[in-house]
Amino acid sequence: MAGKLKIRVDQDKCQGHARCKSLAPELFDLDEFGNAHEVGDGSVPAGLEDKAWLAQSNCPEIAIEVTEE
Amino acid sequence: MSDSASIMPEHPPVTDWINDFDHTDPAWTEDPFPIWEKLRAASPVVHTDRFLGCYMPTTYQAVKEIAYDTDHFSSRRVIVRDVRPEITAKAPPITSDPPEHKPAKQLLLPPFTPDAMKKLEPRVRAICNELIDEFIADGKCDAAARYTKHVPVRAIAHMLGIPEKDGDLFIKWIHGILELGIKDDNALMEAVKEMTGYFAGHLEQRKKQPTDDLISTLMKAKDKDGNPLADEHVLGSLRLLLIAGIDTTWSAIGSSLWHLAKTPADRERLVKEPELMPLAVEELLRAYSPVTMAREVMKETTVSGCPVKPGNMVLLSFPAANRDPAMFPDADKVVIDRKENRHAAFGLGIHRCVGSNLARMEMTVAIEEWLKRIPDFRLDPAGKVTWSEGTVRGPRQLPLLFGKAN
Repeated sequence: MAGKLKIRVDQDKCQGHARCKSLAPELFDLDEFGNAHEVGDGSVPAGLEDKAWLAQSNCPEIAIEVTEE
Repeated sequence: MSDSASIMPEHPPVTDWINDFDHTDPAWTEDPFPIWEKLRAASPVVHTDRFLGCYMPTTYQAVKEIAYDTDHFSSRRVIVRDVRPEITAKAPPITSDPPEHKPAKQLLLPPFTPDAMKKLEPRVRAICNELIDEFIADGKCDAAARYTKHVPVRAIAHMLGIPEKDGDLFIKWIHGILELGIKDDNALMEAVKEMTGYFAGHLEQRKKQPTDDLISTLMKAKDKDGNPLADEHVLGSLRLLLIAGIDTTWSAIGSSLWHLAKTPADRERLVKEPELMPLAVEELLRAYSPVTMAREVMKETTVSGCPVKPGNMVLLSFPAANRDPAMFPDADKVVIDRKENRHAAFGLGIHRCVGSNLARMEMTVAIEEWLKRIPDFRLDPAGKVTWSEGTVRGPRQLPLLFGKAN
Protein backbone atom coordinates (compact mmCIF):
# COMPACT_ATOMS: atom_id res chain seq x y z
CA MET A 1 0.00 0.00 0.00
CA ALA A 2 1.43 3.38 -1.01
CA GLY A 3 2.17 5.97 1.66
CA LYS A 4 0.55 9.36 2.09
CA LEU A 5 0.94 11.88 -0.70
CA LYS A 6 2.35 15.35 -0.38
CA ILE A 7 2.09 18.11 -2.98
CA ARG A 8 4.17 21.22 -3.57
CA VAL A 9 3.84 24.02 -6.12
CA ASP A 10 7.17 25.34 -7.39
CA GLN A 11 6.70 29.11 -7.13
CA ASP A 12 9.38 29.78 -9.75
CA LYS A 13 7.58 27.64 -12.30
CA CYS A 14 3.91 28.45 -11.60
CA GLN A 15 2.52 30.95 -14.11
CA GLY A 16 -1.04 31.04 -12.82
CA HIS A 17 -2.80 28.81 -15.34
CA ALA A 18 -4.98 27.78 -12.35
CA ARG A 19 -5.64 24.31 -13.73
CA CYS A 20 -4.84 22.78 -10.31
CA LYS A 21 -7.31 25.02 -8.48
CA SER A 22 -10.00 24.11 -11.00
CA LEU A 23 -9.37 20.34 -10.79
CA ALA A 24 -8.53 20.03 -7.08
CA PRO A 25 -9.84 23.07 -5.18
CA GLU A 26 -9.41 21.17 -1.87
CA LEU A 27 -5.66 20.92 -2.42
CA PHE A 28 -4.66 24.22 -4.07
CA ASP A 29 -5.27 27.89 -3.46
CA LEU A 30 -4.46 31.02 -5.47
CA ASP A 31 -2.90 34.28 -4.33
CA GLU A 32 -4.09 37.76 -5.34
CA PHE A 33 -2.23 37.43 -8.68
CA GLY A 34 -3.81 34.05 -9.40
CA ASN A 35 -0.62 32.04 -8.75
CA ALA A 36 -1.08 28.70 -7.03
CA HIS A 37 0.20 27.24 -3.78
CA GLU A 38 -0.65 24.06 -1.88
CA VAL A 39 -3.24 24.24 0.89
CA GLY A 40 -1.65 23.91 4.35
CA ASP A 41 1.53 21.84 4.41
CA GLY A 42 0.60 20.06 1.20
CA SER A 43 -0.50 16.79 2.83
CA VAL A 44 -3.13 15.14 0.66
CA PRO A 45 -6.10 13.92 2.74
CA ALA A 46 -7.15 10.31 2.18
CA GLY A 47 -9.52 10.02 -0.76
CA LEU A 48 -8.07 13.00 -2.67
CA GLU A 49 -5.04 11.18 -4.10
CA ASP A 50 -6.54 10.94 -7.60
CA LYS A 51 -7.20 14.68 -7.62
CA ALA A 52 -3.59 15.37 -6.66
CA TRP A 53 -2.33 13.28 -9.59
CA LEU A 54 -4.92 14.82 -11.94
CA ALA A 55 -3.81 18.35 -11.03
CA GLN A 56 -0.17 17.34 -11.43
CA SER A 57 -0.77 15.88 -14.88
CA ASN A 58 -2.59 18.97 -16.15
CA CYS A 59 -0.13 21.66 -15.10
CA PRO A 60 1.30 23.12 -18.34
CA GLU A 61 4.40 24.39 -16.52
CA ILE A 62 5.19 21.07 -14.72
CA ALA A 63 5.16 23.14 -11.51
CA ILE A 64 3.48 20.59 -9.24
CA GLU A 65 5.48 17.95 -7.39
CA VAL A 66 3.71 14.98 -5.87
CA THR A 67 5.77 12.86 -3.48
CA GLU A 68 4.93 9.77 -1.45
CA GLU A 69 5.89 9.98 2.19
CA MET B 1 2.45 57.53 -48.49
CA SER B 2 -0.66 56.56 -50.38
CA ASP B 3 -2.94 53.85 -49.07
CA SER B 4 -1.96 51.38 -51.76
CA ALA B 5 1.79 51.86 -51.24
CA SER B 6 1.65 50.19 -47.84
CA ILE B 7 -0.07 47.06 -49.09
CA MET B 8 2.44 44.40 -49.89
CA PRO B 9 1.99 42.38 -53.07
CA GLU B 10 -0.24 39.34 -52.71
CA HIS B 11 1.68 36.33 -51.49
CA PRO B 12 2.30 33.69 -54.16
CA PRO B 13 0.59 30.38 -53.35
CA VAL B 14 2.75 27.96 -51.36
CA THR B 15 4.02 24.92 -53.24
CA ASP B 16 6.88 23.90 -50.89
CA TRP B 17 5.51 24.03 -47.37
CA ILE B 18 8.65 22.77 -45.66
CA ASN B 19 10.94 25.51 -47.00
CA ASP B 20 8.44 28.25 -47.83
CA PHE B 21 5.57 28.11 -45.31
CA ASP B 22 3.04 30.94 -45.09
CA HIS B 23 0.40 31.12 -42.36
CA THR B 24 -1.70 33.47 -44.49
CA ASP B 25 -1.98 31.00 -47.39
CA PRO B 26 -5.62 30.01 -48.07
CA ALA B 27 -4.77 26.31 -47.61
CA TRP B 28 -3.47 27.04 -44.07
CA THR B 29 -6.50 29.18 -43.26
CA GLU B 30 -8.89 26.46 -44.41
CA ASP B 31 -7.23 23.42 -42.81
CA PRO B 32 -3.82 23.89 -41.13
CA PHE B 33 -3.65 20.50 -39.39
CA PRO B 34 -2.22 18.37 -42.24
CA ILE B 35 0.27 21.17 -43.01
CA TRP B 36 1.56 21.15 -39.42
CA GLU B 37 1.88 17.37 -39.58
CA LYS B 38 3.99 17.64 -42.72
CA LEU B 39 6.22 20.35 -41.19
CA ARG B 40 6.63 18.41 -37.94
CA ALA B 41 7.67 15.30 -39.86
CA ALA B 42 10.34 17.37 -41.64
CA SER B 43 11.96 19.15 -38.66
CA PRO B 44 11.26 20.51 -35.16
CA VAL B 45 12.02 23.98 -36.60
CA VAL B 46 11.28 25.04 -40.19
CA HIS B 47 12.06 28.33 -41.94
CA THR B 48 10.53 30.53 -44.62
CA ASP B 49 12.03 33.53 -46.43
CA ARG B 50 8.61 35.15 -46.38
CA PHE B 51 7.86 37.82 -43.74
CA LEU B 52 11.51 38.99 -44.05
CA GLY B 53 12.57 35.60 -42.63
CA CYS B 54 10.66 33.54 -40.12
CA TYR B 55 11.08 30.26 -38.23
CA MET B 56 8.32 28.02 -37.00
CA PRO B 57 8.78 25.47 -34.20
CA THR B 58 6.58 22.50 -35.06
CA THR B 59 6.76 20.36 -31.91
CA TYR B 60 5.50 20.99 -28.39
CA GLN B 61 9.08 20.72 -27.14
CA ALA B 62 10.45 23.33 -29.58
CA VAL B 63 7.58 25.73 -28.86
CA LYS B 64 8.23 25.33 -25.15
CA GLU B 65 11.98 25.97 -25.49
CA ILE B 66 11.32 29.25 -27.28
CA ALA B 67 8.54 30.35 -24.94
CA TYR B 68 10.84 29.84 -21.95
CA ASP B 69 13.89 31.50 -23.52
CA THR B 70 13.35 35.23 -23.09
CA ASP B 71 17.08 35.76 -23.44
CA HIS B 72 17.31 34.84 -27.12
CA PHE B 73 13.71 35.58 -28.11
CA SER B 74 12.03 38.96 -27.61
CA SER B 75 8.30 39.65 -27.39
CA ARG B 76 8.64 43.20 -28.69
CA ARG B 77 6.89 42.11 -31.88
CA VAL B 78 4.07 39.64 -31.30
CA ILE B 79 2.64 39.38 -34.80
CA VAL B 80 4.47 37.93 -37.82
CA ARG B 81 3.93 40.45 -40.63
CA ASP B 82 5.32 41.41 -44.04
CA VAL B 83 6.96 44.48 -42.55
CA ARG B 84 8.88 45.31 -39.37
CA PRO B 85 8.41 49.04 -38.85
CA GLU B 86 9.78 50.93 -35.84
CA ILE B 87 7.88 50.01 -32.69
CA THR B 88 5.67 52.94 -31.78
CA ALA B 89 2.66 51.52 -29.95
CA LYS B 90 3.63 49.12 -27.16
CA ALA B 91 1.07 46.97 -25.40
CA PRO B 92 2.60 45.97 -22.04
CA PRO B 93 2.98 43.30 -20.78
CA ILE B 94 2.49 41.21 -23.95
CA THR B 95 5.17 43.19 -25.81
CA SER B 96 7.46 43.41 -22.76
CA ASP B 97 10.59 41.38 -21.99
CA PRO B 98 12.20 40.93 -18.56
CA PRO B 99 12.75 42.92 -16.39
CA GLU B 100 9.92 45.28 -17.49
CA HIS B 101 7.52 42.39 -17.99
CA LYS B 102 6.79 41.30 -14.43
CA PRO B 103 5.65 44.61 -12.89
CA ALA B 104 3.53 45.38 -15.97
CA LYS B 105 1.88 41.96 -15.78
CA GLN B 106 1.27 42.06 -12.05
CA LEU B 107 -0.85 45.17 -12.50
CA LEU B 108 -3.22 43.25 -14.75
CA LEU B 109 -3.40 39.94 -12.89
CA PRO B 110 -5.67 40.72 -9.88
CA PRO B 111 -8.70 41.77 -11.97
CA PHE B 112 -8.51 38.47 -13.92
CA THR B 113 -8.32 35.84 -11.17
CA PRO B 114 -10.89 32.99 -11.17
CA ASP B 115 -12.65 34.62 -8.21
CA ALA B 116 -12.95 37.93 -10.09
CA MET B 117 -14.39 36.01 -13.05
CA LYS B 118 -17.03 34.40 -10.85
CA LYS B 119 -18.41 37.88 -10.15
CA LEU B 120 -18.65 38.60 -13.88
CA GLU B 121 -20.22 35.23 -14.71
CA PRO B 122 -23.90 36.13 -14.12
CA ARG B 123 -23.62 39.07 -16.54
CA VAL B 124 -22.06 36.80 -19.18
CA ARG B 125 -24.86 34.23 -18.75
CA ALA B 126 -27.38 37.04 -19.25
CA ILE B 127 -25.51 38.29 -22.35
CA CYS B 128 -25.62 34.77 -23.86
CA ASN B 129 -29.36 34.46 -23.28
CA GLU B 130 -30.09 37.94 -24.63
CA LEU B 131 -28.24 36.97 -27.82
CA ILE B 132 -29.99 33.58 -28.16
CA ASP B 133 -33.39 35.29 -27.66
CA GLU B 134 -32.71 37.29 -30.82
CA PHE B 135 -32.42 34.29 -33.20
CA ILE B 136 -33.75 31.10 -31.59
CA ALA B 137 -37.21 31.44 -33.16
CA ASP B 138 -35.62 31.54 -36.65
CA GLY B 139 -34.53 27.90 -36.34
CA LYS B 140 -31.10 28.80 -37.70
CA CYS B 141 -28.38 31.44 -37.50
CA ASP B 142 -24.87 32.37 -38.43
CA ALA B 143 -23.49 31.62 -34.97
CA ALA B 144 -20.25 33.54 -35.61
CA ALA B 145 -22.04 36.75 -36.54
CA ARG B 146 -24.95 36.50 -34.10
CA TYR B 147 -23.47 34.78 -31.05
CA THR B 148 -19.80 33.87 -30.64
CA LYS B 149 -18.57 37.32 -31.70
CA HIS B 150 -20.74 39.27 -29.26
CA VAL B 151 -20.12 37.31 -26.08
CA PRO B 152 -16.49 38.45 -25.55
CA VAL B 153 -17.13 41.93 -26.94
CA ARG B 154 -19.87 42.60 -24.43
CA ALA B 155 -18.05 40.89 -21.56
CA ILE B 156 -14.83 42.90 -22.00
CA ALA B 157 -16.80 46.12 -22.52
CA HIS B 158 -18.64 45.41 -19.27
CA MET B 159 -15.33 44.84 -17.45
CA LEU B 160 -13.65 47.92 -18.87
CA GLY B 161 -16.69 50.09 -18.26
CA ILE B 162 -17.23 51.14 -21.89
CA PRO B 163 -20.51 50.89 -23.79
CA GLU B 164 -21.34 47.36 -25.00
CA LYS B 165 -22.90 48.99 -28.07
CA ASP B 166 -19.47 50.19 -29.25
CA GLY B 167 -18.67 46.56 -30.05
CA ASP B 168 -18.78 47.01 -33.83
CA LEU B 169 -15.99 49.58 -33.59
CA PHE B 170 -13.83 47.19 -31.56
CA ILE B 171 -14.35 44.43 -34.10
CA LYS B 172 -13.36 46.76 -36.96
CA TRP B 173 -10.13 47.78 -35.20
CA ILE B 174 -9.22 44.22 -34.34
CA HIS B 175 -9.75 43.11 -37.94
CA GLY B 176 -7.43 45.96 -39.02
CA ILE B 177 -4.72 44.95 -36.57
CA LEU B 178 -4.78 41.16 -36.54
CA GLU B 179 -5.78 40.35 -40.12
CA LEU B 180 -5.34 43.28 -42.56
CA GLY B 181 -2.30 44.50 -40.61
CA ILE B 182 -0.21 41.46 -41.55
CA LYS B 183 0.05 42.78 -45.11
CA ASP B 184 -1.21 46.39 -44.83
CA ASP B 185 0.67 48.64 -42.42
CA ASN B 186 -1.69 51.59 -42.93
CA ALA B 187 -4.71 49.53 -41.91
CA LEU B 188 -2.90 48.59 -38.71
CA MET B 189 -1.70 52.11 -37.91
CA GLU B 190 -5.15 53.58 -38.56
CA ALA B 191 -6.82 51.04 -36.27
CA VAL B 192 -4.27 51.61 -33.49
CA LYS B 193 -4.73 55.39 -33.81
CA GLU B 194 -8.52 55.21 -33.62
CA MET B 195 -8.42 52.80 -30.70
CA THR B 196 -5.92 54.96 -28.80
CA GLY B 197 -8.07 58.06 -29.39
CA TYR B 198 -11.16 56.22 -28.18
CA PHE B 199 -9.52 55.13 -24.93
CA ALA B 200 -7.84 58.54 -24.41
CA GLY B 201 -11.35 60.01 -24.34
CA HIS B 202 -12.40 57.52 -21.68
CA LEU B 203 -9.28 58.35 -19.63
CA GLU B 204 -10.09 62.08 -19.74
CA GLN B 205 -13.68 61.40 -18.60
CA ARG B 206 -12.43 59.37 -15.65
CA LYS B 207 -9.89 62.01 -14.65
CA LYS B 208 -12.89 64.29 -14.07
CA GLN B 209 -15.11 61.57 -12.68
CA PRO B 210 -13.55 58.26 -11.56
CA THR B 211 -15.64 55.14 -12.09
CA ASP B 212 -15.72 51.64 -10.66
CA ASP B 213 -14.34 49.70 -13.62
CA LEU B 214 -11.12 48.24 -14.98
CA ILE B 215 -10.06 51.47 -16.74
CA SER B 216 -10.20 53.36 -13.44
CA THR B 217 -8.43 50.50 -11.66
CA LEU B 218 -5.55 50.77 -14.14
CA MET B 219 -5.48 54.56 -13.83
CA LYS B 220 -5.18 54.25 -10.06
CA ALA B 221 -2.46 51.57 -10.25
CA LYS B 222 1.10 52.41 -9.19
CA ASP B 223 4.27 51.18 -10.83
CA LYS B 224 7.01 49.36 -8.91
CA ASP B 225 8.43 52.68 -7.66
CA GLY B 226 5.05 53.81 -6.36
CA ASN B 227 4.38 56.30 -9.17
CA PRO B 228 1.11 56.41 -11.11
CA LEU B 229 1.28 54.83 -14.56
CA ALA B 230 1.85 57.14 -17.50
CA ASP B 231 -1.24 57.54 -19.71
CA GLU B 232 0.73 55.87 -22.50
CA HIS B 233 1.15 52.72 -20.38
CA VAL B 234 -2.54 52.65 -19.46
CA LEU B 235 -3.51 53.15 -23.11
CA GLY B 236 -1.15 50.38 -24.20
CA SER B 237 -2.61 47.92 -21.71
CA LEU B 238 -6.16 48.87 -22.70
CA ARG B 239 -5.30 48.27 -26.36
CA LEU B 240 -3.95 44.87 -25.37
CA LEU B 241 -7.03 43.90 -23.36
CA LEU B 242 -9.35 44.83 -26.18
CA ILE B 243 -7.29 43.24 -28.96
CA ALA B 244 -6.49 40.09 -27.00
CA GLY B 245 -9.84 39.71 -25.31
CA ILE B 246 -12.20 39.57 -28.28
CA ASP B 247 -11.02 37.75 -31.40
CA THR B 248 -9.46 35.00 -29.36
CA THR B 249 -12.48 33.98 -27.32
CA TRP B 250 -14.80 34.60 -30.26
CA SER B 251 -12.71 32.04 -32.12
CA ALA B 252 -12.59 29.54 -29.25
CA ILE B 253 -16.36 29.59 -28.74
CA GLY B 254 -16.92 29.41 -32.50
CA SER B 255 -14.60 26.43 -33.02
CA SER B 256 -16.27 24.67 -30.09
CA LEU B 257 -19.77 25.11 -31.55
CA TRP B 258 -18.45 24.10 -34.99
CA HIS B 259 -17.06 20.89 -33.49
CA LEU B 260 -20.26 20.14 -31.57
CA ALA B 261 -22.40 20.88 -34.64
CA LYS B 262 -20.60 18.19 -36.65
CA THR B 263 -20.02 15.72 -33.80
CA PRO B 264 -23.40 14.62 -32.40
CA ALA B 265 -21.82 12.07 -30.04
CA ASP B 266 -19.82 14.74 -28.18
CA ARG B 267 -22.77 17.14 -28.19
CA GLU B 268 -25.17 14.57 -26.76
CA ARG B 269 -22.66 13.55 -24.13
CA LEU B 270 -22.21 17.12 -22.93
CA VAL B 271 -25.98 17.60 -22.74
CA LYS B 272 -26.34 14.39 -20.70
CA GLU B 273 -23.19 14.85 -18.60
CA PRO B 274 -22.74 18.58 -18.01
CA GLU B 275 -20.18 17.79 -15.31
CA LEU B 276 -17.77 16.97 -18.16
CA MET B 277 -17.67 20.63 -19.21
CA PRO B 278 -14.37 21.54 -17.49
CA LEU B 279 -12.53 18.68 -19.25
CA ALA B 280 -14.35 19.34 -22.52
CA VAL B 281 -13.43 23.02 -22.53
CA GLU B 282 -9.75 22.17 -22.05
CA GLU B 283 -9.87 19.59 -24.85
CA LEU B 284 -11.58 22.02 -27.24
CA LEU B 285 -8.92 24.59 -26.31
CA ARG B 286 -6.21 22.06 -27.10
CA ALA B 287 -7.62 20.79 -30.37
CA TYR B 288 -8.70 24.19 -31.73
CA SER B 289 -6.34 26.61 -29.99
CA PRO B 290 -7.03 29.94 -31.62
CA VAL B 291 -3.89 31.94 -30.84
CA THR B 292 -0.51 31.88 -32.59
CA MET B 293 2.02 34.28 -31.11
CA ALA B 294 5.37 35.53 -32.35
CA ARG B 295 8.87 36.23 -31.11
CA GLU B 296 11.86 37.98 -32.64
CA VAL B 297 15.25 36.23 -32.58
CA MET B 298 17.71 38.52 -30.77
CA LYS B 299 20.78 36.27 -30.47
CA GLU B 300 21.98 33.18 -32.28
CA THR B 301 21.06 29.92 -30.54
CA THR B 302 19.69 26.44 -31.20
CA VAL B 303 16.18 25.11 -30.65
CA SER B 304 15.73 21.34 -30.45
CA GLY B 305 19.14 21.10 -32.12
CA CYS B 306 18.24 23.44 -35.00
CA PRO B 307 20.29 26.63 -35.49
CA VAL B 308 18.29 29.87 -35.18
CA LYS B 309 19.69 33.22 -36.34
CA PRO B 310 18.89 36.82 -35.39
CA GLY B 311 17.02 38.99 -37.90
CA ASN B 312 14.27 36.42 -38.16
CA MET B 313 10.85 36.31 -36.59
CA VAL B 314 9.38 33.17 -35.01
CA LEU B 315 5.83 32.02 -35.61
CA LEU B 316 5.12 30.62 -32.16
CA SER B 317 2.31 28.22 -32.93
CA PHE B 318 0.75 27.02 -29.70
CA PRO B 319 -2.00 25.44 -31.85
CA ALA B 320 0.58 23.27 -33.66
CA ALA B 321 2.26 22.35 -30.35
CA ASN B 322 -1.10 21.16 -29.07
CA ARG B 323 -1.43 18.76 -32.01
CA ASP B 324 1.97 17.11 -31.41
CA PRO B 325 1.44 13.33 -31.03
CA ALA B 326 4.66 13.07 -29.00
CA MET B 327 2.90 15.09 -26.30
CA PHE B 328 -0.73 14.08 -26.70
CA PRO B 329 -1.91 10.54 -27.55
CA ASP B 330 -4.49 10.72 -30.36
CA ALA B 331 -3.46 14.34 -30.83
CA ASP B 332 -5.55 14.69 -33.99
CA LYS B 333 -8.74 13.51 -32.27
CA VAL B 334 -11.02 15.42 -29.94
CA VAL B 335 -11.26 13.23 -26.83
CA ILE B 336 -13.99 15.16 -25.06
CA ASP B 337 -13.12 13.76 -21.60
CA ARG B 338 -9.31 13.77 -21.98
CA LYS B 339 -7.88 13.50 -18.47
CA GLU B 340 -4.23 14.44 -18.93
CA ASN B 341 -3.99 17.66 -20.87
CA ARG B 342 -1.03 20.02 -20.47
CA HIS B 343 -2.11 22.02 -23.50
CA ALA B 344 -0.45 25.35 -24.27
CA ALA B 345 -3.47 27.22 -25.68
CA PHE B 346 -2.76 30.13 -23.32
CA GLY B 347 0.97 30.01 -23.84
CA LEU B 348 3.80 28.71 -21.67
CA GLY B 349 6.15 30.60 -19.38
CA ILE B 350 5.99 34.23 -18.29
CA HIS B 351 3.63 35.35 -21.05
CA ARG B 352 0.77 33.03 -19.99
CA CYS B 353 -2.39 34.76 -21.24
CA VAL B 354 -3.53 37.21 -18.58
CA GLY B 355 -7.14 36.64 -19.63
CA SER B 356 -7.11 32.84 -19.52
CA ASN B 357 -9.56 32.68 -16.62
CA LEU B 358 -11.88 35.10 -18.42
CA ALA B 359 -11.67 33.11 -21.65
CA ARG B 360 -12.41 29.83 -19.88
CA MET B 361 -15.38 31.30 -18.07
CA GLU B 362 -16.78 32.83 -21.28
CA MET B 363 -16.31 29.59 -23.22
CA THR B 364 -17.90 27.49 -20.49
CA VAL B 365 -20.86 29.80 -20.07
CA ALA B 366 -21.39 30.35 -23.80
CA ILE B 367 -21.41 26.60 -24.54
CA GLU B 368 -23.53 25.74 -21.48
CA GLU B 369 -26.20 28.34 -22.21
CA TRP B 370 -26.27 27.39 -25.90
CA LEU B 371 -26.69 23.67 -25.09
CA LYS B 372 -29.48 24.43 -22.59
CA ARG B 373 -31.48 26.36 -25.18
CA ILE B 374 -30.37 24.60 -28.40
CA PRO B 375 -29.29 21.04 -27.51
CA ASP B 376 -29.64 19.84 -31.13
CA PHE B 377 -27.95 21.70 -33.99
CA ARG B 378 -25.90 20.98 -37.09
CA LEU B 379 -23.98 22.73 -39.88
CA ASP B 380 -26.31 24.27 -42.45
CA PRO B 381 -25.49 22.50 -45.75
CA ALA B 382 -26.76 25.57 -47.63
CA GLY B 383 -24.12 27.80 -46.01
CA LYS B 384 -20.35 27.86 -45.86
CA VAL B 385 -18.07 27.92 -42.82
CA THR B 386 -15.22 30.41 -43.27
CA TRP B 387 -12.14 30.90 -41.07
CA SER B 388 -10.12 33.96 -40.06
CA GLU B 389 -6.63 34.39 -41.47
CA GLY B 390 -3.31 34.64 -39.69
CA THR B 391 -2.76 35.17 -35.99
CA VAL B 392 -6.06 34.07 -34.49
CA ARG B 393 -7.99 31.15 -35.99
CA GLY B 394 -11.70 30.61 -35.67
CA PRO B 395 -14.92 30.53 -37.71
CA ARG B 396 -16.02 33.90 -39.07
CA GLN B 397 -19.14 32.46 -40.69
CA LEU B 398 -20.79 29.54 -38.95
CA PRO B 399 -24.23 28.80 -40.41
CA LEU B 400 -26.15 26.42 -38.15
CA LEU B 401 -29.58 24.77 -38.28
CA PHE B 402 -31.37 24.04 -35.00
CA GLY B 403 -33.27 20.88 -34.11
CA LYS B 404 -32.76 17.24 -34.96
CA ALA B 405 -31.83 16.30 -38.54
CA ASN B 406 -34.68 14.58 -40.40
